[in-house]
Amino acid sequence: MSCQEAQALLNAYVDGELDLVRSLEIEKHLEGCPACARTVENHQTLGNALRAGSHYYQAPPRLEHRIRAALPRSKRISWPLAAVAASLLLAGIFVDRMVESGSRRNLVAQEVLDSHLRSLMPGHLADVESTDRHTVKPWFAGKLDFSPPVADFAEQGFPLTGGRLDSVNGRNVAVLVYRRHQHLINAYTWPSAGSPDSAVGKSALQGYNLLHWTRGGVTWWLASDLNSNELESLANLLRGP
Amino acid sequence: MSLEPMHGTASFEAHVLPHMGAAYNLARWLTRNDHDAEDVVQEAYLRAFKFWSSFRGTDSRAWLLTIVRNTCFTWLHQNRKPSLELTDTMPELTIASNPETLLLANVDSEMLRRAVEELPLEFRETIVLRELEGFSYKEISAITATPIGTVMSRLARARIRLQKALVGGAV
Repeated sequence: MSCQEAQALLNAYVDGELDLVRSLEIEKHLEGCPACARTVENHQTLGNALRAGSHYYQAPPRLEHRIRAALPRSKRISWPLAAVAASLLLAGIFVDRMVESGSRRNLVAQEVLDSHLRSLMPGHLADVESTDRHTVKPWFAGKLDFSPPVADFAEQGFPLTGGRLDSVNGRNVAVLVYRRHQHLINAYTWPSAGSPDSAVGKSALQGYNLLHWTRGGVTWWLASDLNSNELESLANLLRGP
Repeated sequence: MSLEPMHGTASFEAHVLPHMGAAYNLARWLTRNDHDAEDVVQEAYLRAFKFWSSFRGTDSRAWLLTIVRNTCFTWLHQNRKPSLELTDTMPELTIASNPETLLLANVDSEMLRRAVEELPLEFRETIVLRELEGFSYKEISAITATPIGTVMSRLARARIRLQKALVGGAV
């Protein structure tokens, strides 16, 4: 990495906005470049000074009273209502148990979407950029505790453009990046031994389409702004015959 | 299991009032005045309450601060002469030589506060959201309705400016 390239990324490095690969490149550069190393040190010292000093203004206690007084008051809860509420709460505990697996799926969906959005930032999309699955697949070797299936579907209109590592559901996962016209598709995959096979589940979050399924002990999630039907075509290709 | 309608006063108080500290801190940095900051925060809370029923996100702090920030800007626009420094006219500076890390580390807290206060508004809000509130570039970009690239460059220039102001000619 040249000094000029590094300089453009020093703030993002200090702010923890770079992916692992780029952070390591910067660190390597810093070892041999005292000027950039000093800039980083200055930025960090400045940040520490801002956070350490009493620079966070404390709201006066009266402000909370003012705001509460200005909000429309809700009605007091009556005792019989409280009793009903208590029994609902108990019922709720059982319902919670039942929907637990559903909410965990929602949590993964949110994580996948967050990761998808992060990947759209400049320089975050792919750690290895290649349309050749024989380049992408070996790149994952040694970086994960499993070997992700890597296939290119250029002929079917979904060219593979690269891959990267990411973290979802508390584990490292492989991400394959596909393209459909100008739309990017992140395909997340990780082994989930013991999970039963499932049909393709669809959801939409913040305007993005998410598909997920488990097959043969491997879980997949797709995230994209591509329409749900075309995204499902890719899902079917990945699921195989 | 909520006793209140999902978007009633109680749920608003439970989810949004806890962020009053962050709201006040941001408003205080943007208005540079205790009294004005209190008024702005109260007004922002009333606005936020009106929109609470349509809030669908997960981060109520970022959501509230977006409203606080917009309320501040409206307020500043109405209450200040156009002396508001909205554009950066200072030439780009880079730090070349550097015995000043030590100086920066020992910088007087009051001097640092004043240096931040003297930053142009958009630099000030970016540095406060990043360093004091710990928001990511993406979150700052959403709160300030500014592209991520602009967030990055504002942050970079704000840092250079602060360091310049604090160690003066040494930079």
